[in-house]
Amino acid sequence: MSNESEKKFDVLVVGGGPAGLAAAARAAECGVRVGIVDDNPTLGGQIWRESLEAGESTDVVKWSGLLSSSAVTKLCGMRIFDRPEPGLLLGEEASELRELRYAKLILATGARERFLPFPGWTLPNVMGAGGLQAMVKAGLPIRGKRVIVAGTGPLLLAVAAYLLKRGATIQTICEQTSWTSLTRFGAAIVAYPRKIAQTLQLQRELAGIPFEANAWTVAAHGRRQLESVTISRHGRMESFACDYLACGFHLVPNVELPLLIGCQISGGFVQVDDMQRTSVEGVFCAGEPTSIGGVEQALVEGQIAGLAAAGESTKARSMFGKRRRAKRFARLLDRIFQLRSELKHLSAEETMVCRCEDVAYSRLQAHTSWRTAKLETRCGMGPCQGRVCGPATEFLFGWSPDSVRPPIFPARIESLATNAAHTNEAAENAMSGGTA
Amino acid sequence: MPSEITLTVNGVAVSVSAGATVAIAMAVAGQACRNSVTGEARGPLCGIGICFECRVAINGRAHCRSCQIVCQPSMDVRTDE
Amino acid sequence: MQSATYDVVIIGSGIVGAACADEFTRRGMKVAIVERAVVGGGATAAGMGHIVVMDDSEAQFALTRYSQQLWQALRTELSDDVEYEQCGTIWVASDEEEMAEVLRKHEYYGERAVPTEVLDAKALHSFEPNLRSGMAGGLLVPEDVVIYPPCAARFLVERAQKRGAVIDLGRSIQEIGLRQVRFSDGSVLQADKIVNAAGAWAAELTPGVEIKKRKGHLVITDRYPGFLRHQLVELGYLKSAHSVTSDSVAFNVQPRRTGQILIGSSRQYGAEHKEVDRDILTHMLQRAQEYMPGIGPMSAVRTWTGFRAATTDKLPLIGPWPGDASLFLATGHEGLGITTSLATAKILVDQITGVKPEIPIEPYLPSRTAKESAHA
Repeated sequence: MSNESEKKFDVLVVGGGPAGLAAAARAAECGVRVGIVDDNPTLGGQIWRESLEAGESTDVVKWSGLLSSSAVTKLCGMRIFDRPEPGLLLGEEASELRELRYAKLILATGARERFLPFPGWTLPNVMGAGGLQAMVKAGLPIRGKRVIVAGTGPLLLAVAAYLLKRGATIQTICEQTSWTSLTRFGAAIVAYPRKIAQTLQLQRELAGIPFEANAWTVAAHGRRQLESVTISRHGRMESFACDYLACGFHLVPNVELPLLIGCQISGGFVQVDDMQRTSVEGVFCAGEPTSIGGVEQALVEGQIAGLAAAGESTKARSMFGKRRRAKRFARLLDRIFQLRSELKHLSAEETMVCRCEDVAYSRLQAHTSWRTAKLETRCGMGPCQGRVCGPATEFLFGWSPDSVRPPIFPARIESLATNAAHTNEAAENAMSGGTA
Repeated sequence: MPSEITLTVNGVAVSVSAGATVAIAMAVAGQACRNSVTGEARGPLCGIGICFECRVAINGRAHCRSCQIVCQPSMDVRTDE
Repeated sequence: MQSATYDVVIIGSGIVGAACADEFTRRGMKVAIVERAVVGGGATAAGMGHIVVMDDSEAQFALTRYSQQLWQALRTELSDDVEYEQCGTIWVASDEEEMAEVLRKHEYYGERAVPTEVLDAKALHSFEPNLRSGMAGGLLVPEDVVIYPPCAARFLVERAQKRGAVIDLGRSIQEIGLRQVRFSDGSVLQADKIVNAAGAWAAELTPGVEIKKRKGHLVITDRYPGFLRHQLVELGYLKSAHSVTSDSVAFNVQPRRTGQILIGSSRQYGAEHKEVDRDILTHMLQRAQEYMPGIGPMSAVRTWTGFRAATTDKLPLIGPWPGDASLFLATGHEGLGITTSLATAKILVDQITGVKPEIPIEPYLPSRTAKESAHA
């Protein structure tokens, strides 16, 4: 175990996206010992990452820079899987178990895409919108490849623009929400000057790319991988031969760690007070787990949490106005990108809904709750622990997920077998498996 | 630091840019990452280590999420038969 | 439904309640099942799903063997999702003292026509190469089986329903007895007979029943086909199951048809909360690693807990509850609920219908404990 992780942090931030970066940087400015942990090889986060290579001076570039030059301990490639007791997180890094001790904890675990099943969605090269973007950032060659971007949410445009800049041929962008909703969105954006600039920028970048509302993927086709996609738009079915389908339905918050810790959750989001404090003493939460609100919300909430955790409430308070605006935008997003009912009926009988355990739609239809479906079919019992099929079945059938148990990500047996909590030895002596 | 990394995917040499993840090596090699429980070919869906569709065996260890692992020279990557 | 009178109302649709519903309806009785949560929940959903012979006592042997044979007879009718796998059990001996126990069991089972095979160290290693070296040997019990219990319970309930059984789901019961099942909402079911098959919660419905919750932990891994072929149990398991007061862990692993490895086992008294006890979990996994080092690097996908229904003498309670001619128990099966469910149903229904049971029923009668407490 490295010296770094044996230290006790004054403030430990889980998640290296905009909220986590802002929280860690601000807390470090206050002079306290800060650590930031993320399971990806580098910091920066997932979905809303701005393009660093484009040379734009973006918020996230700024905050990454602030963090690099700070004394924050950066723990990348480390996946948190348990919090056995207050003040202690357990993580896995490559082949090692890590213990992270802290006084204050900031959960900036971000969001993941919502996936909805449709025939052919399991074919290789059908990915999330953020999923394809992540793969291209990781080195996937995309120049000259034909891509369809579909689903819902502002992420679609950002992804399409990103892919286009890297030489992809974007055949069409399909947004399932209505033109009416989008028009309302456009009208509401005037209240957010930065958003106007971003929207105009995106419009410029995507000039000439077909964009449709009331449009969605009906099926993906191919033998061993994606070959074509059928779309419903203009009230008709149309087929396109393509290489990649980037399809995601907005975002769901990563609340597994907050749930494990016992934070109060409401409507699927972590409840926080004005200092970003959760219901658990010493635990803060910032960014998408509090509401899906994008980079601006993440940055302001991260800063408030970082300052509050470091004891600087006054400085934190000065950001409240900015946060109010960001939260209004989050509510706007939520209203605009509602999922249409047609999306509930795309699956054929044999369409897999649980991809880990290959549980088809027809087998799930018969059940009335997540619990019975899980018991009978093993839906949700695979390694994704319901992160993909949970939001899907919640939308399709109205099921609510279960409570959470450790490990919140699959972890090695030997990691789970390490008694990191160091509780009393009497208990250890009482336990005997009985050698002769 | 070399600009290209060479590793093997199911015994065949593959070259990728330094910093690319193993999932990219699979794509460059034209291989699906795994077969599902009922035998469907699968590849990455989420790209961020959540969906577990990108799992491969790396240097003898099964169930590694290839989308979160940077390629190293001479890595031995294998998919299930 | 509320105005009808049933021949039998069965409380609980875990494996035991489900088996009872199946058997009662098979003999032509009008049955209602009352289940407050899900079919095949409780310990049925949480446990290891093994069908094993045990030799703790003659009574335990008789019940497990009879029931195992009933499962064998049923196997071709079970739906595929019940995943009936005759993988066999190997009782693993880590030293010569445990090897002596292997020989004793071999003789015991041999006398009772249960096929077993003594494995020396070499044979054990060839059967299960991933056991650490240095084991003394083991006892192979080839007729032991593993199933997926929630689907087995559902299968049995569906068979009962095809014969006319009805199931009442999602309501909680206020009290049972004297030919009535009274729900919390005030409504009432009338029944000639009531069977308390509520497992770990049996004592809540029938005060005075001596059932205590015995918590267990389990871990399941991702898929590693071929790593493990048989269910493996350490002989120290018996010491663990014997203890009536202290917490314990024992090495017990099982291959699922999926290729996942199911890892147990643990026993705790007095733990009422469902949360994973990390102390217990770590000890259990350390124990498992001692026997099979190769599981260390395996990916653990889920952990969970469950509550076994434990009696004071390690035998279940099957039969009439003294003081109420309408009330019967089918509970207290501890870690052998899946195994003995079918035989439990048979001997219970035999008692009620006046048929001579295949095995002596005295060891399982609830009146045995009632007598003791009467004299206390």
